[in-house]
Amino acid sequence: MMNMQFANEQEKLLHDVGVLSFVVTELSLYLDTHPNDRNALEYFRHYNRMANQARQEYSAKYAPLTISCVDVSDCNNWQWALSPMPWEGGCN
Amino acid sequence: MWNYEKRLEFPVNIKESNADIAQVIISQYGGPDGEMGASMRYLSQRYAAPYREVAGILTDIGTEELAHLEMVATIVHQLTKDLSMEQIEASGFRNYYVDHTIGIWPQAAGGVPFNACEFQSKGDIITDLMEDMAAEQKARTTYDNILRLVHDPDVCEPIKFLRMREVVHFQRFGEALRIVQDRLNEKNFYAFNPGFDCCEGNVK
Repeated sequence: MMNMQFANEQEKLLHDVGVLSFVVTELSLYLDTHPNDRNALEYFRHYNRMANQARQEYSAKYAPLTISCVDVSDCNNWQWALSPMPWEGGCN
Repeated sequence: MWNYEKRLEFPVNIKESNADIAQVIISQYGGPDGEMGASMRYLSQRYAAPYREVAGILTDIGTEELAHLEMVATIVHQLTKDLSMEQIEASGFRNYYVDHTIGIWPQAAGGVPFNACEFQSKGDIITDLMEDMAAEQKARTTYDNILRLVHDPDVCEPIKFLRMREVVHFQRFGEALRIVQDRLNEKNFYAFNPGFDCCEGNVK
């Protein structure tokens, strides 16, 4: 995470969301077949909280990543649909 | 149910069009060892999984495969979205183009459409998990073959990520198979089907 070059803060934050979410995905699969591994449960607790925080921060600053991150209180349009789709590439 | 997260599991930012490579990579969308078959296989098989951990891993890997399906579609889309008519005419992509323009449609590299016969849901967890482990290896081989054909690092990086996930999924399905076998008659794993013969009505 530290040596990478990013064009802007948005790109860096989306990268952080991706890295942290990947750790959560990987731990989830591991825990499915090792449901009593206490170390893995502790890792999961730690990284799931970090991933959720990063997702909330990105959504608040740039564009909502999930429906539960959509906040319409400060805007008068539907950013969930208007923000770029993931296949458009980059952070535009 | 499912929720959508509006980002890719791994970033895809391809700068150069390449019709021939798109024609090859579409196979991991709708081909015999592609992500559509993978996702449908695991999400269909899970109802007959007699143990919660196994139903859980089938659900979570089946879900991750949907994210991979989106990555593969994104690669094909970015490789084709700026193609000129001359580039399409000069490439093997012209046969795909005539039916789908530059839309995304599930087919194998050779043009064979996606078909549910590319996977099984047998209702027997040992049979199904054996297929799942083979499926992960077949997809890994396909990604290895793609990596021999592709030289653009913008395409190679997400393909390498997808290849790596096949290896991890193979490991997890192997553990799931072990969980199942540990709960069966160790002298005869096939003495009965735990997803059918233990059901009320079939217990003798």
